[in-house]
Amino acid sequence: MDHKIVGKNTQRLDAVAKVTGRAMYTDDFFERDMLVGKVLRSPHAHARVTRIDASKAKALPGVVAVLTPADLPKIKFATAGHPWSLDPGHRDVEDRLILTDKARFVGDAIAAVVAEDLLTAEKALHLIEVEYEVLPHVLTAEDAMAEGAPLLHENRPGNIVSSFGVQFGDVEAEFQNADVIFEGDYETSIVQHCHIESMSAYAFVDSDGRVVVNSSTQIPHIVRRIVAQALGLSWGRVKVIKPYIGGGFGNKQDVVVEPLTAAMSLAAGGRPVRYCMTREEVFIDTRTRHGMKLHLKTALSREGKLQGIHMQVLSNTGAYASHGHSIAMSAGGKFRPLYDFRAIKYEPKTVYTNLPVAGAMRGYGTPQIFFALESHLDDIARKLEMDPIELRRKNLIKLGHQDPLTKNVVRSFGIPECIAKGKELIHWEEKKKVHQGQTGHLRRGLGMACFAYASGTHPVALELAGARIVMNQDGSVTLQVGATEIGQGSDTVFAQITAETLGLPVDMVHVVTTQDTDITPFDSGAYASRQTFVTGIAVRKAALEVRAKVLEVAARRTGLAPAEMDIRDRMIVETSLGRTVCSLGDVAMDSFYDRLLAAPITSDTSANVRINAMSYGATFVEVEVDIQTGRVEVTELWNIHDSGTIINPKLAEGQVHGGVSMSLGAALLEQMLFDSVTGKPLNPNLLDYKLPTVLDTPKINAAFVETFDAAGTFGSKSLGECPTISPAPAVRNAVMDATGVAFHKIPLYPQVVFEKFREAGLLAERSVQHV
Amino acid sequence: MFDICELCEPETLAEAKAIYAANPELKVIAGGTDVLIRMQHGSLAGAGLLSLRNIPHLDEIEMLADGTISVGAMAPFTRIFEHELIRKHVPVLGEASVSMGGPQVRNIATIGGNLCNGAVSADSASTLFALDALLKLETAEGERIIPMRDFYAGPGKVNLLPGELLVAILIPREGYEGMGGHYIKFAPRKAMDIATLGVAAVCKIRENRFVELRIGLGVAAPVPVRCFEAEDYAKGREVTWECVQEIARLALKPAKARSSWRASKDYREHLIEVLTQRAVAEAVKRGGGCCAD
Ligand SMILES: Cc1cc2nc3c(=O)[nH]c(=O)nc-3n(C[C@H](O)[C@H](O)[C@H](O)COP(=O)(O)OP(=O)(O)OC[C@H]3O[C@@H](n4cnc5c(N)ncnc54)[C@H](O)[C@@H]3O)c2cc1C
Repeated sequence: MDHKIVGKNTQRLDAVAKVTGRAMYTDDFFERDMLVGKVLRSPHAHARVTRIDASKAKALPGVVAVLTPADLPKIKFATAGHPWSLDPGHRDVEDRLILTDKARFVGDAIAAVVAEDLLTAEKALHLIEVEYEVLPHVLTAEDAMAEGAPLLHENRPGNIVSSFGVQFGDVEAEFQNADVIFEGDYETSIVQHCHIESMSAYAFVDSDGRVVVNSSTQIPHIVRRIVAQALGLSWGRVKVIKPYIGGGFGNKQDVVVEPLTAAMSLAAGGRPVRYCMTREEVFIDTRTRHGMKLHLKTALSREGKLQGIHMQVLSNTGAYASHGHSIAMSAGGKFRPLYDFRAIKYEPKTVYTNLPVAGAMRGYGTPQIFFALESHLDDIARKLEMDPIELRRKNLIKLGHQDPLTKNVVRSFGIPECIAKGKELIHWEEKKKVHQGQTGHLRRGLGMACFAYASGTHPVALELAGARIVMNQDGSVTLQVGATEIGQGSDTVFAQITAETLGLPVDMVHVVTTQDTDITPFDSGAYASRQTFVTGIAVRKAALEVRAKVLEVAARRTGLAPAEMDIRDRMIVETSLGRTVCSLGDVAMDSFYDRLLAAPITSDTSANVRINAMSYGATFVEVEVDIQTGRVEVTELWNIHDSGTIINPKLAEGQVHGGVSMSLGAALLEQMLFDSVTGKPLNPNLLDYKLPTVLDTPKINAAFVETFDAAGTFGSKSLGECPTISPAPAVRNAVMDATGVAFHKIPLYPQVVFEKFREAGLLAERSVQHV
Repeated sequence: MFDICELCEPETLAEAKAIYAANPELKVIAGGTDVLIRMQHGSLAGAGLLSLRNIPHLDEIEMLADGTISVGAMAPFTRIFEHELIRKHVPVLGEASVSMGGPQVRNIATIGGNLCNGAVSADSASTLFALDALLKLETAEGERIIPMRDFYAGPGKVNLLPGELLVAILIPREGYEGMGGHYIKFAPRKAMDIATLGVAAVCKIRENRFVELRIGLGVAAPVPVRCFEAEDYAKGREVTWECVQEIARLALKPAKARSSWRASKDYREHLIEVLTQRAVAEAVKRGGGCCAD
């Protein structure tokens, strides 16, 4: 299709504001008489608070309020950033209080102080006297499910949040009839988002008595609901404002600091209170990525045709459910529209433990599942002495495939081309030859891994998006969306969609980047890679409405029928002749000032999107492994995507760079560590938690196979989370190719790699080293 | 926000020494990249700070009349690795300096602070050990000059007297002249990281024989150490791959590696051997020798 703006590298709308430091983030706003809040955290992994005495803290000059559980409503609420469900059976688990009298992890919030300044607040924390009855605790899912394990939440026997799974076909029959059966265990570690901007909010009570919360969030409308629920307020009494945000990656698709911040302000008589977490607090008391243990059992024919798979997953969700079982469930559905199994049995268990709370993180469980599955496929290929790429190719589903459970239909399927492209770009065959017969302590190897993903959450959750367009006197338009720009570039993409539809240059589309729940159209926010796909549909719909209204006014002016005209580069043209009949500006002025017919051109609409589109892709990598030190270097990497039409290639590439680096961190370096006896976090800071720096990040190459998906705006599909799924298993597979050693757990941290190499007898080679 | 009760900012060294003598409880602050981190973590609450930042000339790098290279305690690492004298005469110290943190940290973190902080992982320490560096320490009463190994008293502890300041690091001519050197910092990340192990090797080679070899290890024991057995073994020997391997084995002698959640004793010891081989081999190459078998 011939587009003027879609498919072009439109510069990010916020590029200049961000690089010049003019973009305003939550912490850049100040209110008069602002106070600060700080939280007292439990030193125990599991303990009942038997007594709190805040009198000394309250007496400290500069302390305005001290909050304890007794001062707050006893309303249990759910924090996950999902649309509300009218069906009580589909709601998130309500297991949280703003402050708790039973600590369930080291760092659980017990009390809070509001003070004139930070130092006073910190001093006051030390003056709060708390007595605990320490309880036994559990750190692993296995321990949590064991007989007699201490219960975190009274109403969850066995500490199991849910063990709901899905299946189709007859897996047992497949195992009985299979030529070969493979089993494997895989494990991923607990990692964190590490967004640059901390978790931060401030709240106050405005002159109308409403609670105003300004927050660094991905989901302002959901924050409004949950703050109201947690505090027992009527929803309309809460207003949430979301300014620019410095990254979220799913951690801010959850309500973490806002209810407490609002409670702090209420306790301080409505004065503005800021609560901004330190980096250490972000590690301890926000959300993490679920560590998962997966057992895979797969039935195949002798020729390598996949027949049935039984996947058992233990998902460690920490002390509170947050997104809970949704993550294991959502992730378990993603490989079905990729590989063609006759039978699948997916058995996940989401389990409470006395660890920090796991929640949404880019990929929503899918990186864990694909780490296991794509490692497993390489293990199978090696045993069958098959080419791992051929094994995958042989088992791909076909275009038109309908998922038996979700009923989602595959309308575009670019994975075969992605695989072919990756193989060519990395020079797979040539490199394989060069790598043969390597000796010495540096060994190179090649690996690849595939993935599939969805665009939004249909049919599991509501996919509603709102858009409002107002045409200005000069023919420019102002666009408001409820979907949030969180750095991914969605505002720019919406401007492109609007500009393309209305025949405008992008600089005549003014996007209101701040969301304010009083003003902003309703939308559940930024997550599930839904923005371009779901909100894009609403934006396109609004732009088409505006276009129709423009052509009606033009028809009045010119006498031509609307259908005979088009808008091109700010002009109304008679389509068949290409003749300009009037300008868009003329139409806009008529709409405002025509003495008889004036009616400003606007559209205020929403889309309830009840369709989904599968995105695909693969990562191809070459690694170099230092056998002596256990260090793994990625020497070449290609991350290739079928995300339908790419609306903005530069922004798409940006998503790839960020997503790949996140996956490489999880593959090689990152893990949250806890003392196995006390449950205390060992590395809740950026020195000891090894987030890769730019020097640790290899050159990341992005490539796109553009398909056209009829479901998406201009043929587009999701991309935001996709790049973070396949790099980790590809690296793991490449290390196996280089060394013959199969790793079953990430990260491939140097010491762990060294130990495995020694176990495998590789280190005897040391004396062969040449200098 | 830091919990600080006072900040003294003397303009001369004499003034600083006088203030410090009068109030040895003050906490000296140079670049602050260790001090402020500690404060943020809640220690040193209510401390008074004595800043050395306004004292001129304390950051100078110069060659003294006898060929000693003097590095002012307040010299930040960026200045050290960019400095002409360091590049020309002690490139191994430049190598260690540039392995520190990231650009922002190197711009403000000082070499004096790195040593006085007493961390076994201090990237400049193992190299200065290998270079046989001396430390010039001053109080209001007078000055003393001590070798590096007399400075370290234990993990995080150094032998500074009450009211005493580190003024300069002295690298004598014999420490660096005609020496090839190499520093290997092994850490999970390539920047902004703490060394799992640091190995500095410097050597003088003549006719492919070790005239002298000095090895400093960081994070191999509670304090940085020299590998005297390995060094003695090397003296006079022909450079061969077997010889380098034996040196690396002997380098384990002074090591007292311990297991922590960061790395096991076993892994650290393995790294000492492997990385000493690599550091010595590279130092030999840079010193004009060759150890290919
Ligand atoms: C992000 C980051 C990364 C880092 N990376 C590294 C790294 O890679 N390698 C590494 O070794 N370190 C690293 N560090 C630690 C720190 O930067 C270094 O130890 C640095 O050299 C300390 O110097 P400073 O000038 O900042 O010292 P300060 O923090 O000002 O002082 C450190 C200590 O020395 C004392 N002191 C300072 N100067 C004198 C003096 N002249 N006389 C007497 N006492 C004195 C102080 O009282 C204090 O106890 C890092 C720190 C940060 C924050």
